[in-house]
Amino acid sequence: MKVALFVPCYVDQFYPQVAIASLQLLEKLGVRAHFPKQQTCCGQPMANSGCEQDAKPVYHNFVDAFQDYDYVVGPAGSCVYHVRKHFNIIEQTPAVQHVRTNTLELFDFIINVLGITEIPGSFPHKVGLHLSCHGQRGLHQANESEMTPVRDGQLRRLLSGMQGLELTELTRNDECCGFGGTFCVSEAGISARMGQDRVQDHVRNGTQVLTGGDMSCLMHLEGIVRRQKLPVHVLHAAEILNGVIIG
Amino acid sequence: MSHSERSDIFLLDAERTTWHDETLWFVREKRDKAVYATPEFQELRQLASDIKDHTLSRLDFYLQQFEENARRNGVHVHWAVDAAEHNAIVLGLLRQHGATRVVKSKSMLTEECHLNPHLLANGIEVIDTDLGERIIQLREEAPSHVVLPAIHLKKEDVGDTFHKYLGTEKGNNDPQQLTETARQHLREKFLAGQVAISGVNFAVAETGTVVVCTNEGNADLGVNLAQVHIACMGMEKLIPRLSDLSVFTRILTRSATGQPITTYTSHFTRPAEGKELHIVIVDNGRTQQLGRPDFRASLKCIRCGACMNTCPVYRRSGGHSYDFTIPGPIGAILSPNIDMRKHASLPFASTLCGSCTDVCPVKIDIHTQLYKWRQVLGEAGKLPTSKKWSMRLLSRVLAKPGMYSAGGKVARQALRLLPHGLTHGQGYNPWAIARELPAPPQQSFREWYAQQPQNDKA
Ligand code: SF4
Repeated sequence: MKVALFVPCYVDQFYPQVAIASLQLLEKLGVRAHFPKQQTCCGQPMANSGCEQDAKPVYHNFVDAFQDYDYVVGPAGSCVYHVRKHFNIIEQTPAVQHVRTNTLELFDFIINVLGITEIPGSFPHKVGLHLSCHGQRGLHQANESEMTPVRDGQLRRLLSGMQGLELTELTRNDECCGFGGTFCVSEAGISARMGQDRVQDHVRNGTQVLTGGDMSCLMHLEGIVRRQKLPVHVLHAAEILNGVIIG
Repeated sequence: MSHSERSDIFLLDAERTTWHDETLWFVREKRDKAVYATPEFQELRQLASDIKDHTLSRLDFYLQQFEENARRNGVHVHWAVDAAEHNAIVLGLLRQHGATRVVKSKSMLTEECHLNPHLLANGIEVIDTDLGERIIQLREEAPSHVVLPAIHLKKEDVGDTFHKYLGTEKGNNDPQQLTETARQHLREKFLAGQVAISGVNFAVAETGTVVVCTNEGNADLGVNLAQVHIACMGMEKLIPRLSDLSVFTRILTRSATGQPITTYTSHFTRPAEGKELHIVIVDNGRTQQLGRPDFRASLKCIRCGACMNTCPVYRRSGGHSYDFTIPGPIGAILSPNIDMRKHASLPFASTLCGSCTDVCPVKIDIHTQLYKWRQVLGEAGKLPTSKKWSMRLLSRVLAKPGMYSAGGKVARQALRLLPHGLTHGQGYNPWAIARELPAPPQQSFREWYAQQPQNDKA
């Protein structure tokens, strides 16, 4: 099985430790992932801004970079969703179709392709899980609160399998954090307010470590945590499952 | 002004924003309780969606069938191509009957057509009889929500309004007493009303009936007291058969307020002895939307307001920030159809979180349509110039791996070396208004990866 690690542009530049953790986690689970260095970005920032035509060369670059792999795995639900759903505007060659269907979010890959539902490890902290909308509602990784009262999701199950890890119960389980890609700039006021409310929900309910499967939401929430100097660590779930130690 | 500029004004009052958010979230939670307790809710949703899709695919047929049946029942049917024609028809009917006093029950269509100002300008007193609607009418405001038109107001605001216009004691904010005052005040208006105008929730093609849902019974009271009833409906309100109605009455209030059913679901099929019933069917841009395949599904909307209650942006920016009759996620789809330039910012007033789509009882793919509108607006040159060029530049860089990694390196260096005040200047970096930029690491992942001895560098 040839697996490529898809590292979204902002993770590459600002959160290399998340990509490293993803790589090492996969390795522990018996998968040696490659990082094709031709990759850059999935094109979502342009497309969400109403410029998907401009993003076409970026889409093609993405397909070129990854077409030779069986699976493309990335630690960001939002980018994965974009590739799967919105690469429909370029010609649907076999390569494009292959890349679209085989680009998976890291935990989808671990659970559904590798069939692993428990990862041994310990993390004795109170952890708050931020469900990203694109992961949850877009990729159906957890049940939406609009649909049924069932709250369980894949990532939640993986995390709660860790020793000593206690999950926070939130007041609003799956409210959007307000990042929304370029939304955070074009609607900066609302975006900030949503992020602040989201962080507050975690703080109020005792979260010490805020985590999730989508680094983009976490980048936004981390920015708020740091501005407000809150006693909360923000970590991607791959870091936790890979055995990060916080001091 | 764009949506974000109007939101910023709303956000200035942080406490009111919190209150607005929590009030609407409470309604959303009531909706959840009602929906979770209805095991077949998803089936009902699918059924409702299918019925609406079918109806829209043969709208011409059902409109004709409806008209024929209504006429057979002794109802007068009128057709209006736009808001102006709608208003002219209504005014003409009032003139014909020499009426000067009208009672109206809540109707988003007449709001859309700006009927009230038109009638007032022509010397006709028109009173909104829905309590929330009456409050905002006194304040000369637009509704901020399709189901809860005065939800942006606190009871203190209502107390002040009633003190000013209805002579209640200053500082009396007791909801019970204020409601009683409104009741007495409206009673007089009901008794004096010569013509009653109502909206239409559903129009049944098979029987020629219009169905009006209210919780206060104000539409019934108005209609039964007045000599003439004018029901105004958008042409998308059709459903084929009477038996389809139950699907919609079961999902409407569960989605809207969490009630199992509306308090009053009134069927108007024929005029009472010696009275008149008129129905005005309005297009006003609907045919155009029907002709846009990507946005056609927006005409399935039954105006339950669930997408507003669930929308995290709506809850924190208030309905007036949308500056359109129908606010919230669905309003952001309907508005560019009417005026692309004026409403160009609305499809961007969303994180595309998808909650609206999941909550919508007729399965409108709301967030997908918002995404599509963004592309249409981009193609039509309706984006701010700075956005357009920065996105074009970004695409150039991101399509070239070499340029991207070099650029990333420079940007990270700059971020590390430049003073915080410069990189976090609030005047030009909107991110920095409330957030710290990520701390730039020494190495990007690709730089780290290339240094690992075991990695194939080819
Ligand atoms: S779009 Fe759907 S959720 Fe929103 S008001 Fe219409 S029917 Fe209700």
